[in-house]
Amino acid sequence: MTFLKGIAASNGIAIAKAYRLVEPDLSFEQKSVEDVTSEVERFRKAMEKSKSELEAIRDKAKVDLGADKAAIFEAHLLVLSDPELNAPIEDKIQSDKVNAESALKETADMFVMMFEQMDNEYMKERAADIRDVTKRVLAHLLGVQLVNPSMIAEEVIIVAEDLTPSDTAQLNRNFVKGFTTNIGGRTSHSAIMARSMEIPAVVGTKNATEEINNGDLVIVDGLKGEVHSNPTPELVEQYRKVHEEYEAQKAEWAKLVNEPTISADNHHVELVANIGTPNDLKGVIENGGEGVGLYRTEFLYMGRDQLPTEEEQFESYKAVLEGMEGKPVVVRTLDIGGDKELPYLDLPKEMNPFLGFRAIRLCLEEQDIFRTQLRALLRASSYGNLKIMFPMIATLDEFRSAKAILEEEKAKLISEGQTVAGKIELGIMVEIPSTAVLADQFAKEVDFFSIGTNDLIQYTMAADRMNQRVSYLYQPYSPSILRLVKMVIDASHAEGKWTGMCGEMAGDETAIPVLLGLGLDEFSMSATSILKARSLIRNLKKSDMERLAQEVLNMQTTGQVIEAVNNATK
Amino acid sequence: MAEKQFKVVAETGIHARPATLLVQTASRFDSEITLEYKGKTVNLKSIMGVMSLGVGQGAEIKIAAEGNDSNDAIQALEDTMKKEGLAE
Repeated sequence: MTFLKGIAASNGIAIAKAYRLVEPDLSFEQKSVEDVTSEVERFRKAMEKSKSELEAIRDKAKVDLGADKAAIFEAHLLVLSDPELNAPIEDKIQSDKVNAESALKETADMFVMMFEQMDNEYMKERAADIRDVTKRVLAHLLGVQLVNPSMIAEEVIIVAEDLTPSDTAQLNRNFVKGFTTNIGGRTSHSAIMARSMEIPAVVGTKNATEEINNGDLVIVDGLKGEVHSNPTPELVEQYRKVHEEYEAQKAEWAKLVNEPTISADNHHVELVANIGTPNDLKGVIENGGEGVGLYRTEFLYMGRDQLPTEEEQFESYKAVLEGMEGKPVVVRTLDIGGDKELPYLDLPKEMNPFLGFRAIRLCLEEQDIFRTQLRALLRASSYGNLKIMFPMIATLDEFRSAKAILEEEKAKLISEGQTVAGKIELGIMVEIPSTAVLADQFAKEVDFFSIGTNDLIQYTMAADRMNQRVSYLYQPYSPSILRLVKMVIDASHAEGKWTGMCGEMAGDETAIPVLLGLGLDEFSMSATSILKARSLIRNLKKSDMERLAQEVLNMQTTGQVIEAVNNATK
Repeated sequence: MAEKQFKVVAETGIHARPATLLVQTASRFDSEITLEYKGKTVNLKSIMGVMSLGVGQGAEIKIAAEGNDSNDAIQALEDTMKKEGLAE
């Protein structure tokens, strides 16, 4: 029995067998061979096995994940049967009398290099395809098993170093009951994915992949941030009870699905959801979301090999707007860069990606990408209640430039005879301290603010949120952060505008009472947090929370704030 | 021997998906099929060959087939390109 402590990233309890998403050892030695005919035969067999494996993966991916996600395997299959790849490998085995492994590796490396050196944005991705395919054939030559997450066909708990967007795209939600990773924090991609998939997750366990073997029974406690492998029957029984209690609590909250979010003294706030794709809408509606406070459009751009077209984007935006039936939908324009990369854009590596060329900075420079997205959004605007916000705004000039581009595209669409909604509220994310400090000036020109606390905290504290060693500085309740939040809310109200919050903090039980007291108008969170938050707010008096907020703003440390909130909400 | 010239009209040129479709179509035939662009000729049954040309919008390309089903091959490739809005 092993116990691991990590960070609770997504609520709930999961008990299932472990599935390790870990790369096997593919090292080999270069050897000379005498019997080249049987070596070529061995190579061909490995190719055949890889081919039928890939075909099976493709077919399953088509059914489980859709033709879109399966397309990547189609490309891999073509690489596998490429005569220009196969012939040189067989030649090499025959003429150099080397083992199939080295012939394969050398030939593939040559192609990888050729593609990487090309001056074309898609070529890096092609190099990755060749590497992927080579790995598969190599695994068959060496007789080791590659992990194939899309082939999972029983209930499992994923155990991995970290989960990338493309890993998660391949996971079948019906079978993945929970996951645990070595690295990551509450705001890393894997954690956000877990919450949107509504499965329990514990991240940042440091050594889950070392401690847990394939097939071990694992308990993921996403409430406390604990992982147990090979638990005693007593512990499993205990956790089944916790699981049942949690489900019962959820059922209790579920009664609030159609209730308004009003405080005990009748003040209304909006509880809305963060989403990544139209598929997340189901969760929003089931959890009583009053709208969408953050639609992360990056996911449209990720896990593929070229930019999404205007039409593809239009269809997604339209689906979300129609799905929300007139409730507000705040769409954030492309926020790429930082920890979210798009290989096909072929952007140079940066020393400080979080402080670098990302989000609106990239969009104002690469205007074709930005304009395509804005056109798709504007065209979709007549299908619901669309609000648009720009991420990472640091200066008023940036906002004005982005707005001017939007206006240009709007005028163009109208002159083309397209329908565009009359009023589309235009806002900005407040995640850079400079913008929070100057919020009174921004408030004159924007229609709303949405505070992105994950980044606002990282930039205010100067602490990389991907770096575990400084994770203690991720302090949402720090009086410094609360003061910035207050400045933004007050600035918007002075101009008759509104402020929302779409970072993790908005769904946090300790933060909610203070935010209510500070006058936050809209709380945007993971759909699964909405009912719990509603139940909390319905039991709080806004007038009491205003006093609490006033008090904590003048405190010195995070610890004091937490204590004051706990005392006030007991 | 059969050959035909095309002009690529697709915005993204012959990339990922369209390249996949062309190679899949070409691979159904026995003929040797090549794609020529800017003086470089590659095997149209090779996805890596086709991708390595980096054919963009507006490119003039030539497809040639040599073998007993060469005419059918050219016809099928032309159909695929038109159906996908790739070339005219």
